[in-house]
Amino acid sequence: MAYPDAIRNLYQAQLKSIQDAGLFKQERFIHSPQAADIEVEFPAGAPVKKVINMCSNNYLGMSSHPEVVRAAHEGLEKRGYGMSSVRFICGTQDIHRELELRMTEFLGTEDTLLFPSCMDANAGVFEAVLTKDDVMISDRLVHASLIDGIRLCSAMHDTFKHSDMAHLEEKLKLHADKRLKMVITDGVFSMDGDTAKLDEMVALCDKHGAMILVDDSHASGFIGKTGRGTHEKYGVMGKIDIITTTFGKALGGASGGCVSGRRELVEMCRQRARPYLFSNTIAPVVISGVLKVMEILSASTERRDKLEANTAYWRKGLTEAGFILKEGDTPIVPVMLFNAKLSQDFSRALYEEGIYAIGFFFPVVPQGQARIRTQISAGHEIHHLDRALEAFIKVGKKFNILGKTKQEIVQMYGQ
Amino acid sequence: MENLKDVILQYVIKEYLEEDSEPIDYRTPLISGGIVDSFSMVSLKRFLENKYNIQIPDEKATPEAFDSVNKIASLVEEFIGRKG
Repeated sequence: MAYPDAIRNLYQAQLKSIQDAGLFKQERFIHSPQAADIEVEFPAGAPVKKVINMCSNNYLGMSSHPEVVRAAHEGLEKRGYGMSSVRFICGTQDIHRELELRMTEFLGTEDTLLFPSCMDANAGVFEAVLTKDDVMISDRLVHASLIDGIRLCSAMHDTFKHSDMAHLEEKLKLHADKRLKMVITDGVFSMDGDTAKLDEMVALCDKHGAMILVDDSHASGFIGKTGRGTHEKYGVMGKIDIITTTFGKALGGASGGCVSGRRELVEMCRQRARPYLFSNTIAPVVISGVLKVMEILSASTERRDKLEANTAYWRKGLTEAGFILKEGDTPIVPVMLFNAKLSQDFSRALYEEGIYAIGFFFPVVPQGQARIRTQISAGHEIHHLDRALEAFIKVGKKFNILGKTKQEIVQMYGQ
Repeated sequence: MENLKDVILQYVIKEYLEEDSEPIDYRTPLISGGIVDSFSMVSLKRFLENKYNIQIPDEKATPEAFDSVNKIASLVEEFIGRKG
């Protein structure tokens, strides 16, 4: 295809404007397995540096767990490398079915269907179960993958202010005439680390005859007393019509996701969801790893308990040091900096101190809401957290933000 | 009788703005100005249809037609007028 200079120049100008706005993202290259301690090459070509990882979704430390790795090896030997097929043709092994049954039991639902990722699950689920006669009502801060799935669906779409139950009820009343209503939310919101009020949402959905879908990707495995997810935390297990979640975070960190919920809704996905019909099945090696993760997590709550303790320790340390955090009790702990360039400079300074945490800025978070999003893991020991706190405090002093209000930080650095 | 533009302005403020948002007026660009996501227009459209007992066809409910209180008011008046 022709790619004349005029088109090349057009895109170079766009990329330059992203750089000039301080919004350009750069990759770091990790030379080790995922863990609390990792080895990083950054920028490209620099000597590899040992750092503490404070920003992975490896919430339970399972990503490089030796038993999970061993189980994956066994899976390679017993079931091969790739299936070269979508699920419904010749891409379903007995272990795929076993994992679906295991997730159904773990999440407390009627049925489960695997997808190549939760991004794919979210892309396919709405179109599979809703029509143009229906309405989707989503929280304004739902994950990008839910927004993409909503856009692919012909049902009407409306939104409610983040976690505002009164506003949600207004919308349920406004759209009372639609054939079906589906309320959509994250269980744990990925950028702010707060949780959806699922008990109140389920009550409203019951009252107004609406279904509810929860993306629990940042909750499965560790939120709730036994780690079942946000629905366990809020006492509404068995009442969520569809849960989507990922195996790419706490549940092993490799890849894959699922839709889990009411039998008929899951079966509609099996019959109609495009990512299920047209994308390659999850590789046997990944399924084998996830099955081992689920076995370990079902046997004991030790890891989610340790994560909860680590999280409380980290939040207390940062709060006492004078950082502005988003309120919450999940292992997602955003350190608010508000200015995009500040968040990048802060990240770079942390890296010099041996702490790996990335600045988040527009369009990943709204303008003026830049932050360092820290994430705690059961793989962190207290010495990791103490070292990280020490570094955060040192860098916080360097940028003179400790004990400052939002207005004061914005005045110093802009928004 | 309520002023149509004020009704629309108050709805937009209540529906889309936060406490610390910049104030808006009848001319503020709502969608092109990033205040209202074009996907969020649906509740404003339904609110207006219910309140004034009109039907605005989807092809008329464009981001351009909804880009300011003034423009929205013109569109609503067109359909109130058609009711006769």
